[in-house]
Amino acid sequence: MAQLSEGLRRKEFSSVELTSRLLERIEASQPKLNALISITREEALQSAQAADRALASGNATQLTGVPIVHKDIFCTQGIKTTCGSRMLENFVAPYDATVVAKLKSAGVVMLGKANMDEFAMGSSNENSYFGPVQNPWKTGSVPGGSSGGSAAVVAARLAPAATATDTGGSIRQPAALCGVTGLKPTYGRVSRYGMIAFASSLDQGGVIAATAEDAALVLRAIAGFDPKDSTSVERDVPDYVSSLNAPLAGLKIGLLKEFFDKGLDAEVERRIRDALTVYEKLGASLREVSLPNLPLSVPAYYVVAPAECSSNLARFDGVRFGHRCENPRDLMDLYKRSRGEGFGAEVKRRIMTGTYVLSAGYYDAYYLKAQKVRRLIADDFARAFSEVDVLMGPTTPTPAFQIGAKVSDPVTMYLNDIYTIGANLAGVPAMSLPCGFVDGLPVGLQIVAPQFGEARMLNVAHLYQRETDWHSRVPEAYA
Amino acid sequence: MALTAAQIANIAHLARLELTPAEVPVYQQTLSSIFAFVGELERAQTASVDPMAHPLPGLSQRLRPDVATEQDRHEQYQANAPQVAAGLYLVPKVIE
Amino acid sequence: MKTWETVIGLEIHAQLSTQSKIFSGSATAYGAPPNAQADLVDLGYPGVLPVLNAVAVQMAVKFGLAIDARIARHSVFARKNYFYPDLPKGYQISQYELPVVGEGAIDIVLDDGAVKRIGVTRAHLEEDAGKSLHEGLPGVSGIDLNRAGTPLIEIVSQPDMRSAKEAVAYMKKVHTLVRYLEICDGNMQEGSFRCDANVSVREKGADKLGTRAEIKNLNSFRFVEKAINFEVARQIDLIESGGKVVQETRLYDPDKGETRSMRSKEEANDYRYFPDPDLLPLELTEEFISGIRASLPELPDAKAARFCSQYGLSSYDAGVLTASRELAAYYEEVAKLIQGESKLAANWVMGELAAALNKDGLEIADGKMSSARLAGLLKRISDKTISGKIAKEVFEAMWAEGSEADAVIESKGLRQITDTSAIERAIDEVMAKNPGQLAEYRAGKDKLFGFFVGQAMKATQGKANPAQLNELLKKKLAG
Repeated sequence: MAQLSEGLRRKEFSSVELTSRLLERIEASQPKLNALISITREEALQSAQAADRALASGNATQLTGVPIVHKDIFCTQGIKTTCGSRMLENFVAPYDATVVAKLKSAGVVMLGKANMDEFAMGSSNENSYFGPVQNPWKTGSVPGGSSGGSAAVVAARLAPAATATDTGGSIRQPAALCGVTGLKPTYGRVSRYGMIAFASSLDQGGVIAATAEDAALVLRAIAGFDPKDSTSVERDVPDYVSSLNAPLAGLKIGLLKEFFDKGLDAEVERRIRDALTVYEKLGASLREVSLPNLPLSVPAYYVVAPAECSSNLARFDGVRFGHRCENPRDLMDLYKRSRGEGFGAEVKRRIMTGTYVLSAGYYDAYYLKAQKVRRLIADDFARAFSEVDVLMGPTTPTPAFQIGAKVSDPVTMYLNDIYTIGANLAGVPAMSLPCGFVDGLPVGLQIVAPQFGEARMLNVAHLYQRETDWHSRVPEAYA
Repeated sequence: MALTAAQIANIAHLARLELTPAEVPVYQQTLSSIFAFVGELERAQTASVDPMAHPLPGLSQRLRPDVATEQDRHEQYQANAPQVAAGLYLVPKVIE
Repeated sequence: MKTWETVIGLEIHAQLSTQSKIFSGSATAYGAPPNAQADLVDLGYPGVLPVLNAVAVQMAVKFGLAIDARIARHSVFARKNYFYPDLPKGYQISQYELPVVGEGAIDIVLDDGAVKRIGVTRAHLEEDAGKSLHEGLPGVSGIDLNRAGTPLIEIVSQPDMRSAKEAVAYMKKVHTLVRYLEICDGNMQEGSFRCDANVSVREKGADKLGTRAEIKNLNSFRFVEKAINFEVARQIDLIESGGKVVQETRLYDPDKGETRSMRSKEEANDYRYFPDPDLLPLELTEEFISGIRASLPELPDAKAARFCSQYGLSSYDAGVLTASRELAAYYEEVAKLIQGESKLAANWVMGELAAALNKDGLEIADGKMSSARLAGLLKRISDKTISGKIAKEVFEAMWAEGSEADAVIESKGLRQITDTSAIERAIDEVMAKNPGQLAEYRAGKDKLFGFFVGQAMKATQGKANPAQLNELLKKKLAG
């Protein structure tokens, strides 16, 4: 993205040319990849024209004229916003999400809306009403989820960056499986206004791009206080780009004992260890730390997230927008059939799980308990960060698995999130960057930082990307 | 922990989700396996721990000035509505 | 024959008179066309978020301080989850375990003048739902969400009331109080002030409470009294004939004068309360609370007590005059303008003025009779320019014409006749015209005194000073 931005400013090509080229690549990729739900050709070209005018008159930002794809969870005014679901199949958003508005005013060109697991629930993009997304590195493999479309778009170089969201790993895990860089900010760093809610206390909007530098460019534009979001934090946004090259200066890296467990694939572990060696060569020191309550993060998450989503999704009732069943007999029928038809199986599963854990007699044992465990986990992270600057480890236990391999048992799928969920529960920022391959499939290195430590985290990632070139690799089909 | 078909039916009802008869045992099985997994939480020692509703420590709710800022955009908003008449959203008759 | 005791608790919902809604920037004015005041937040659109209205919080705290309640320094908003078409999000944002106002008390005056203290368990902030319209829409109901999101304070009393009369007295006191505090306009026809009554009966002396029924949405003092009385009789009849009272929700039918079970809410709802993750805990500082305390007006009880001591009024009169802040302020203005005649002022404000306002359907605030104009009239009674009786005539003219008392007195020539010789002349005239009655009176028929008073008054067009007339007449008749 940084390069494209340079190219635009140096007039090597225009935004219209760039946009048209990428739209062609997108159209060509759709039958194979299915990474986008909507392609906004006309709007893109119009924005590109406006961007070219701005660039010509010198009224441009670093992002002016740069194309981007938005995960279809972000409301985009006048454009279909489906959230990967039949429930919102024809829903045209009447407003822009804050993230979208910010990028729009920075001059980016929206190419389309990325495919995703329905209502952000899933780790493989197999739960989309609009069909699965393929991993650009290997057809028949999953790209990860729920931001599978966003990750695939960047991996196949259909756009230099894509917005995405992460509730339990939905930015980092697909970034890892697709060999790209994905960042989940601190909770409250990026506004959730206009980001269709899954689990309100865990959701965060972020970015997937090819490099940490590009991620920094986008994060700088989308982060910041939003008065329309009560959970948005009033705190200055540092210039993430200007601090990318800060020296490593004795970085203390913590290796989580709980991440290097028997569930981790041996080959994946080897790539991670290789990456850690690079950091040691750059002057970092490694030490083992333990977050003893981390193993409970997945069960805690699968109580809290469904609970919140069961309530957040109650608004989808066929009354004011969204799918409505044909000829409802009465009100109860309207609700039950509209929702039964509009939601897919995983969504229904989580709504029911959530309804159950909040219900009379179970609240204390499940929801309250999970929120207590959450505090234990958050405290563990805080304690670790008093000893080290960042935590590192694998993003996923294995590389991308086959489409269809894990759909039968939800718990097996849930365990994919074992390394990523903790950061959401604790509200800390985390990112994944490519650090190698196993059998031709990418492996991601995860970095976790203390709250509001994005600048340092991006800096640490960027320094690695100066020493290695995993982030420049593109699947042959998309070179 | 195993859930009965009746419990599944009750939860589906509370959540206003229509399940076909074929779906009930499927959800019974998957939900039971989820709850067996989630039951691990019991192991945690949380007697003296406060629940954490928000990951941001020490922050409190912001207050917004009391000003009416929104305008009447009901026509625009109702473009998305399945059934509207005279500005009202229509639903099957509700009997009190 | 058993003796029964009635136990009543009231839940009052008062709409706070803010400019905008509690969680959105929509206007709250009554009577807008359907859905003209329902923005995306009120409609529960995907992606929108609530932001709390500062004035709603101030008003809730004001109420709490006015009833000497504990103000929670830390309170939490919770979601009350249920499905109903007038509840767009499928949940109501309310407060559950930690309300902003804790225990307080309100004193009521019973018929016999005794004061009873009614406990208030709590008061909390929540959002109102929309409205369902059923008339004129065959087979469907129409949903208007203008009201959805209007701030409410829900005031929950202890079950301390023992009769419908006590319940009405309490409701009236709360009504007066919220208007005094200027936090609610108390307009029951428009639904700004609504009451649910929890009614149960038990044998006198029993300490366990009977099963209660909840009568919802009572919007007039009369209905509250009738509904409770009906319900008490129904429950007693039921128990005495061997039945059991069912815990249920009932509606009052004013046409039939009876309560009936609400079919649609028969099943007990599991509301699955949990803290709303879109809102942070409400933390109130000492500064904030003392600022509100300083802004409290003189409250009704304190004002009534002061009226008794300052103006020498009976507690009944003081109670009537302090029923509203406007009325009390008006009275004090009048009393100030005619020093030393506080009782006269009280009688006229409570009497003629109140009757005239009532007849024309006006309020004090409508300004039809300014305190200066009324004081002008009362001054003329006080200085004996006119009699009290004539004053009523003058008042009527002033009311109809908007004129000043002196102008009316002059133009209608209503000055009281205090000139002794003029009165004597009139008396002489009457005596001369009625020799027969004169003789009878002098013979001992005392009753005829009234006849002579009447005739003399007529002869002076009612303008003779009554006291003087009486004295002079007595003398002259005696011969």
